[in-house]
Amino acid sequence: MEHLGYLFVAYSSIFVLIGLYVIFIGRRQVRLEREVGRLETALHDVEQAAGVPQPPAEDL
Amino acid sequence: MKGYLPVTLAAATCLSMLTALYMVFVYVPTEVDQGIVQRIFYFHLPCAWVTFLAFGMVAIAGGLYLWLGHKIWDDLGYAAAELGMLFCTLVLVTGSIWAKPIWGIWWTWDSRLTTTFILWLIYGGYLLLRSFADDTEEIARFAAVLGIVGVVDVPIIIISVRLWRTIHPAVLLTRQGEHGLEDPRMVATLLVSLGAFTIMFVWLLWVRLATLRLRSRVATLRRDLAVLEAGAHL
Repeated sequence: MEHLGYLFVAYSSIFVLIGLYVIFIGRRQVRLEREVGRLETALHDVEQAAGVPQPPAEDL
Repeated sequence: MKGYLPVTLAAATCLSMLTALYMVFVYVPTEVDQGIVQRIFYFHLPCAWVTFLAFGMVAIAGGLYLWLGHKIWDDLGYAAAELGMLFCTLVLVTGSIWAKPIWGIWWTWDSRLTTTFILWLIYGGYLLLRSFADDTEEIARFAAVLGIVGVVDVPIIIISVRLWRTIHPAVLLTRQGEHGLEDPRMVATLLVSLGAFTIMFVWLLWVRLATLRLRSRVATLRRDLAVLEAGAHL
């Protein structure tokens, strides 16, 4: 079992780096989804205030 | 269907990774010369394979973007470059950890190591360009050209162990044209690991592309909102 530590560190580094990347993408995706929701609501409100004709409810 | 595919890919990644780990730590025999540390190879080589796959995709997507001009090709190139960088970093890290007990050093300016490091620098430059410059068509074209030029280093890395004197082993095919893996269980384990990493790459690429599409949607909505608000103030 010589060099077991190297084996452990090599495999750990692979899963830690990939795991951090997945968390990074996931957090970014959640933040962007929130931003899209916020902007769509704001756009809808401005369009209503400006009297822009709205699409039928089923198209929303 | 839209939400079903990434979940399926994530599940397939987990399943294939667990199978690969079982084969690496339980199924495959220990290599005689290097001992247990040789098992790093079964994840080190798939990382290199995914690196080449990703950077190959950057070049193809870059060519298609320059030819057709569609944003989707630019997004594909960007997503693939980011993943290629992640796996190239893993190749360098795992290779360095493997080198220490076998060669007695963490790093040497060997032909394969140096050309791999150059690849890492090229696509590091690509990602810096994408991160710090504005998201314009001009920058996308620059990035596409850099992605195409950078991939020239990939075949150089592959043949470097034959072109120059090197201490890096030619694993799959030796200089004499022989098979580098002595036991069929080693070949089977390597193939399963290659499959697992390829599935994981497709899954991560899909998720990253979804994020880039969301970013484009945010930019469009912001522009529309600014136009409407400017019109309302007139």
